[in-house]
Amino acid sequence: MAGMVPDQTPSAAGDGYRRIVGPLLLPTWVVIGIFLVLPVALMAVYSVLTKEFRGGVDWQFSLAAYDQFFLNRGLFGDEPPTLEWTYITIFWRSIWQAAMATALCLAIGFPTAWFIATRPANTRGIWLFLITIPYWVNLLIRTVSLKFLIRDNGPLNEALMGAGLIDGPLPLVNTNLAVQLGLFYSYLPFMVLPVYAAVERYNFAYSEAAADLYASRWVTLREIVLPIVKPGIVAGCLLVFIPSLGAFLAPDLLGGAKTFMIGSLIDEQFKGSLGNWPFGAAVSMILMTLVMIALLFYARSTAKGGAA
Amino acid sequence: MKGVRHYPGFLAITILCLVVLYAPLLVIMAYSFNGSTSITTWGGFSLHWYVDVFTGAEAARFGQAAWNSLTIAIIAATASTAIATAAAVAMIRGGTFRGKRATFALINMPLMVPEIVTAVATLIFFAMIGLTTGYLTILIAHITFCIPFAYLPIAARLQGIEGHYEQAARDLYASRWQAFRLILLPLMAPGVVSGYLLAFIISLDDFIITNFVKGAGMETLPTAIFGSVKQGIKPNIMAISTLMLVVSILFVTLSYLINRKGRRAP
Amino acid sequence: MKFRLSALALLLASPAFAEGELKVYHWFEYIPQELVDKFTAETGIAVTIDTYDSNESMLASLKAGKLGQYDVAVPGDYMVQIMGAEGLLDTFTPEELPNFGNIDPKWIDVPFDQGRKSSIPYQWGTTAFSVNRDVYKGDINSLSMIFNPPEELKGKINVLDSQGEVLALGSIYMGIPQCSTDKTQLKALSDMLVAAKANWASFGSDTAKDVLVSGDAAAGMIYNGFSAKARAEGAHVEYAYPKEGYVVWMDNMVLLKDAPNRDNALKFMNFLLEPENAAAVTNYAAYTSGVVGVEPFLDEAIKSSPETNPPADAPAGSFVLVCDEATQKLYDAIWINLKK
Repeated sequence: MAGMVPDQTPSAAGDGYRRIVGPLLLPTWVVIGIFLVLPVALMAVYSVLTKEFRGGVDWQFSLAAYDQFFLNRGLFGDEPPTLEWTYITIFWRSIWQAAMATALCLAIGFPTAWFIATRPANTRGIWLFLITIPYWVNLLIRTVSLKFLIRDNGPLNEALMGAGLIDGPLPLVNTNLAVQLGLFYSYLPFMVLPVYAAVERYNFAYSEAAADLYASRWVTLREIVLPIVKPGIVAGCLLVFIPSLGAFLAPDLLGGAKTFMIGSLIDEQFKGSLGNWPFGAAVSMILMTLVMIALLFYARSTAKGGAA
Repeated sequence: MKGVRHYPGFLAITILCLVVLYAPLLVIMAYSFNGSTSITTWGGFSLHWYVDVFTGAEAARFGQAAWNSLTIAIIAATASTAIATAAAVAMIRGGTFRGKRATFALINMPLMVPEIVTAVATLIFFAMIGLTTGYLTILIAHITFCIPFAYLPIAARLQGIEGHYEQAARDLYASRWQAFRLILLPLMAPGVVSGYLLAFIISLDDFIITNFVKGAGMETLPTAIFGSVKQGIKPNIMAISTLMLVVSILFVTLSYLINRKGRRAP
Repeated sequence: MKFRLSALALLLASPAFAEGELKVYHWFEYIPQELVDKFTAETGIAVTIDTYDSNESMLASLKAGKLGQYDVAVPGDYMVQIMGAEGLLDTFTPEELPNFGNIDPKWIDVPFDQGRKSSIPYQWGTTAFSVNRDVYKGDINSLSMIFNPPEELKGKINVLDSQGEVLALGSIYMGIPQCSTDKTQLKALSDMLVAAKANWASFGSDTAKDVLVSGDAAAGMIYNGFSAKARAEGAHVEYAYPKEGYVVWMDNMVLLKDAPNRDNALKFMNFLLEPENAAAVTNYAAYTSGVVGVEPFLDEAIKSSPETNPPADAPAGSFVLVCDEATQKLYDAIWINLKK
């Protein structure tokens, strides 16, 4: 695990970077290896230690954290164990919210990225800045303002009612929809920018060729554009979906925090009243394992694409 | 003609996107001029909170916090983008090598670890190796978690660039470095810019990790803002946020002017 | 940039002939800067303040490795006890604090630090709830407003997102002791909360004031000083001192173990026990000081605020108790079950 990747396959073809893969990856391995993998390895160890009351750990092996996650022994811990649904439900809920937010980001983000990529080259930079400028304002403040807008008697509802589109206020605050909106708003540029980076490279001659063959715009989009810009879409989805899984600001402020999400559940274990570090570590390990499996499946499915 | 570039409805969606992005900012700007101490009820127009930002008792701390946030974000985004660019070239152009998939997982790891876990684990780790928390520890942590945010757009971009451009350059006796600098880097530029911007905003906005790895007297804007919620958010935060927007717009205008002067596309 | 940084560093360290320094771990905006400046002017001690956003995150970061970096911190009542039990606190004798006698006698023998060996009172207040009087006009002096609300308030209630306070108020409402191990009582508490949750709109602590001011919530569990601020911002709310009882909380300044500047820490604590200085904090934070003799220095609005002056017939409040590990586990389970 330690160290760099040695250059195992010196290429006869002399392809530029094959021989310096090691040096190119060295900074990544050193920085993430030391400052993330080591600390997280420590957390993996924590997840199988005995919890110390009020945070911290005793250096004594215990599977109590995983037991708590998977097995339900009743409120007082004296019933025969059955499968614990509490945390699986929390996971499922978070995954669903994150997926909806990702879909929303893609639906809005892809056309936006396309639009930017088709502007004259010297204005694209300005458009990118336009997308990122709002993110100079702290997430907390942005979320609070979003809540202000979608409140029962807030501007959005008043505008809709004023226009005669609805009779009573749409109850948005403290709903799942508000959470999805909040997540969408939190991570939109993380979809737009990678997709833009991929679309900007797209060669419109392909589209023209397709048009010459009487393919409609939408068929061209589906059959030709999407496969080519797929890496950008996948990157965007990863950057929106994974952080959304652990997010807790939007769920807390917009969703009313009535139910735990993965983010708030883990947060409570470390800096909340529950103070159970091994359990927090265990939940994180389970979450990471799930995401890692999904990611490696993705890597395998794209690996067959040859050079990539 | 632009025909094939045009999709009906995309302009409308882009406008919708901008409206959604900017509508909350209008609220923030409006309430920065609120005469009352509330962020939900209007108490008349006032410049009180701007005066407060510059001359209030907390002015020096907020100023210092904003300065820390900006410098950390710039340094962290620059460093992580450089690291990520090198990694993307190796991953996409390096052919197959042992440990490639492990490397892919490693690069994305900062994304996968829940922030609070990174925060606590990193602090424990820093304490173990005897590193005192402060500016440097925040910077190290930020560079680390910014890497995937810079890497993913760059790698996505790189996957769309065929190898034959550089091959042609190499055939014309360009060195590897020349081929990279003159051919590949300009082709990658939109990916690098996207990655840099994402790394910048993710660093500028980070609270959870910073909150743990910061040292005594060291404050960033998010930690200062989150810290103040115990007393309730006041319009002074709205004024600070508005000022940050002004700074960002100054940045953009400046870069636009520089680019135009150099007659180069940004 | 390098120049700018060092210039700022110089600026921050400006009392060049400092009598040493003091490192304070504190909530943000919970101490007026003028007061800190006054301390520095009087003693020549340079004060560095680092901030945290919750008692628990302070505990977590001290346990994860920050102990030894700070001299004093400002934990809530139950957290003082936890930190004491965790060995994170240093002790002092009353002789080391000349102003020790200024502490209100009723706050000396507190359950979380008997005899005040490691802590001094900072500010205290109560936690109950407030009701928007435009929405509900009846009698509000009962915790049933939250746990079994009248029709007008159903679906418009915000509850603090804090296990300790929600479970303590729930127990007070049901008349069962805190830290109970009686299974029937706990089951009843859990069932009552799950049923009550159906009438709640949201959980939120930091937002407790804003939801009342904006009208998102018509009633909400809240700290008294926060409710006073909501009222000042125009919300037509009344803070209740419910007949069943309510929660009392107290923030305290503690002397941390391995404090790098122990003597300066004690000077600072002594400084905060001066009535004039304690009053300055109260005027700023709008809670109540634990020091006698502050009244002449208090703002009129604070002195007469209904939130800090309970009616004569109000019962006594109780601190959130710290349970032992086995019992706490049961309460944790109730909380997780409530929010799953």
